[in-house]
Amino acid sequence: MVLGLATGFVFGFLLQKSGVAKFETIVSQFLFRDFTMLKVMLTAIIAGGVGVYAIHEFGGKPLVIKQAQMDAVLLGGLIFGTGMALLGYCPGTAVASAAQGNRDALAGLLGMFAGGALFAENFSYFAASLLKRHDLGKPTLPEITGLPAWLFFAALIAVALPLFRRLERRER
Amino acid sequence: MFSILRMRRWPPYAAGALLGALSWFAFATTGKLLGVSTALVKTTAMAEQAVVPGHVAANPYFAKTGTKIDWEWMLVLGIALGAWTAGRLAGAEERKEPPALWQSRFGASRRKRYAAAFAGGGLVMYGARMAGGCTSGHGISGSLQLAVSSWTFFLTIFAAAVAVSALLYGRGANDAR
Repeated sequence: MVLGLATGFVFGFLLQKSGVAKFETIVSQFLFRDFTMLKVMLTAIIAGGVGVYAIHEFGGKPLVIKQAQMDAVLLGGLIFGTGMALLGYCPGTAVASAAQGNRDALAGLLGMFAGGALFAENFSYFAASLLKRHDLGKPTLPEITGLPAWLFFAALIAVALPLFRRLERRER
Repeated sequence: MFSILRMRRWPPYAAGALLGALSWFAFATTGKLLGVSTALVKTTAMAEQAVVPGHVAANPYFAKTGTKIDWEWMLVLGIALGAWTAGRLAGAEERKEPPALWQSRFGASRRKRYAAAFAGGGLVMYGARMAGGCTSGHGISGSLQLAVSSWTFFLTIFAAAVAVSALLYGRGANDAR
């Protein structure tokens, strides 16, 4: 519990300091005017992934992969993306922004509570239909391709580094 | 040291790398990774339980999420405290409500902005629960584990948000005042 609070504290601190807990930063990313969000997320994915896979491989901790119910993931993603463009925050950044006193983020959080309540009411219906369609289980990219995980991270780095360099040059 | 904590912005790569390191810490200490939306829907369950306990007990989804405060719920509480502290250390920032970019398209009405934010938040959470995660649980934590579900979700939300943002705020969008 204390560990969760401490981890969350650092998480919130980083969200605020990176600037992604702002409406303008998030929407500007989707308009390709500001790439802060992409820089933060891609760096976090690469840095985090290398370490988490190392702990998994050498420490024997199992990965925690989410179910690939493809129809639900795709439809959920479309709904989420639409909502995120309207709101300008995702759940984590809405919490961070609301905590700093931004009322639109607070309104967004209230909407999230309502959306969660509505989904809970509809869950039985989806469980018997949408959530069953194209259920691939919990595969990872290395599993379905047979390629080693480090190759994916090497590829991500090979894409990210020149991209970051170009973005920095353009923004200067 | 303290001056770093007082900086308004950290370089995105530093913040991203530290978020990555935070993922190692969470994984090593609890075997879990960062996620937010489950804890928020759990908050809904706790609120409903206070009003209609029987209804929550009979709901199969709330049975899955549970109604007890756990590591992930404390994580979300921590996000609020951490973001508040970081903002405080950086000092007061000029705030515009609604945000300038919003105002340039939809005018200065706060009520309109809050209504849109509420609707947007509703869609965000509905989609997150359908797909099983949000930008943290899927976007960062799932993607860094190279999960098929998470990369699919990440790319889909990005494409949808780009399209809808272009319609709402893009150069071609009409100024509706």
